[in-house]
Amino acid sequence: MARQLSIFAENKPGRIEKITRLLSQEGINIRAITISSANGFGVIKILASEPQKAFEVLRNHNFPVYLQEVIAVVMNDEPGGLHRVAQALAENQINIEDAYGFVIKSGEKAVLVIQVENQPQAHNILERNGFQLLTDEEIYQL
Amino acid sequence: MYWEKQLETIPREELSLLQAERLKKTIANAQRTSFYRRLFSHNKIDPEKIKSPEDLKFIPPTTKVDLREGFPFGFLAVPLEEAVRLHSSSGTTGTPTVIYYTASDLDRWTNQVARSMYAVGMRKNDVFQNMMSYGLFTGGLGMHYGAERLGALTIPIGAGNSKRQIWFLKFFKSTAIHIIPSYALLLAQLIKAEDLDPRQDFNIRIMLLGAEPHSEETRRRIEEIYGAKAYNSYGLSEVNGPGVAFECVFQEGMHLWEDYYILEILNPQTLSPTPPGEVGEIVLTTIYRDATPLIRYRTGDLASLLEEPCPCGRTHRRISRIQGRTDDMFIFRGVNIFPMQIEKVLMSNPEVGNNYRIILEREDYRDKMIVEVEIKPELFLGDLQKLARLRERIQSELHSEILVTPEVILVEPGSIPAPEGKVQRVIDHRQL
Repeated sequence: MARQLSIFAENKPGRIEKITRLLSQEGINIRAITISSANGFGVIKILASEPQKAFEVLRNHNFPVYLQEVIAVVMNDEPGGLHRVAQALAENQINIEDAYGFVIKSGEKAVLVIQVENQPQAHNILERNGFQLLTDEEIYQL
Repeated sequence: MYWEKQLETIPREELSLLQAERLKKTIANAQRTSFYRRLFSHNKIDPEKIKSPEDLKFIPPTTKVDLREGFPFGFLAVPLEEAVRLHSSSGTTGTPTVIYYTASDLDRWTNQVARSMYAVGMRKNDVFQNMMSYGLFTGGLGMHYGAERLGALTIPIGAGNSKRQIWFLKFFKSTAIHIIPSYALLLAQLIKAEDLDPRQDFNIRIMLLGAEPHSEETRRRIEEIYGAKAYNSYGLSEVNGPGVAFECVFQEGMHLWEDYYILEILNPQTLSPTPPGEVGEIVLTTIYRDATPLIRYRTGDLASLLEEPCPCGRTHRRISRIQGRTDDMFIFRGVNIFPMQIEKVLMSNPEVGNNYRIILEREDYRDKMIVEVEIKPELFLGDLQKLARLRERIQSELHSEILVTPEVILVEPGSIPAPEGKVQRVIDHRQL
């Protein structure tokens, strides 16, 4: 399983600057970032190398931060790559609550990060369907 | 010119005698309440010795906390079956306060309101649109019965529903209205949005402003917008409600009806009288009320005393506009709110941190309350939806506590300046 950081932040200038500065000072690399917001506040999700360390850095700076298990699936970067993952989940009635993706190497590999209600079940289904799932360390080594 | 010429222009010496007479009855009556019985015996006060307003200084003042602790019957001086109505403060978390009225209490209160309305020129041929909420709040019912006593055609429309207010103003050509000043400003915008001109399309000539402190500038602006005379009024639910003090046509301070109340203006720290013209706390003794007598009630409202005689000929002294509060209570859209009420709601949610801040703003004539709430890092589980639900839950809980809906903003821990010394929870940016 991979882990992502979810950070509560007010929707105002300088918040992402501060978060990225803190992580960069610690030599932590950000693989992917996504932001969703509502009513003046937002949740920033970051897939970072060394999630535990990143968690501690942000926690020490008073950010409400949560370390959350997610599923990181490797896809082929080609038409239908994402569809095959979605199909496997849909066939098993699994609802995707949140998702984002990023390309590792153009035309070759991409990663889809998903959050579902029942993570272990989704994990098993994807593995059974032959998908490669990444751990924290594997994301770190990308 | 006068509703009751003899009483309104009574020479000061005669007024003192009348006050002394009524005070003695009040002291005797107060001994029927468990609160004052205990207060007198505890402070070794011989009630027989309280004979004139000057003797009041021997009695410790009564506070809102006393009233709360006396809930529900500690201040009741008559058998409950003699009471015909009660009014109560709102609030579901704190203990409310309650005031009972006998039929003659209501009759006297109604008379004060009618007298006040008459003093600003309202007559029986007026059409009176009462835009205050009816119910436990005294503003609506108090003015309603006063207007009926006066003989005016009274429209009990209540608060809110601006479209309907405008329709009534237009259709019935209301000549006098009772309105919260901030709402008067907002309503003017809505009237203009309907392509109506408050000066041309209506017939308003008298506006009774109440339930909210406001400045002279705001009054002048309201008068300008509506092309009407606007009069300031003072009252509080513990001491009947509206009609305790009211401006006359000279618009220079509010006559406090001293045949009903003994007025003191005291330094809130030392409780000694402030010199005339200096701001102090209004302290009132009800001397013509049976069901719930209050002796030296600390209103928490700050004002100064105007000693000079008024050109209108009334001998009852005037108080200035309310200058502020001795406590942290604030008034929002006519509703009295204590920050503690908000705090209780916030702290009952475990996701909420210890720091919060209440910001009051006036934007396009619309008053806005923002409650900034810090969230607790440990209870943040990465979910935006949960936070959105938390925010909605807090908003609706606040609504049921303070009867208005503030905008709740969730903020990061540490982003609200940590309180040092006396905590400033309320930041008021409104131009009152």
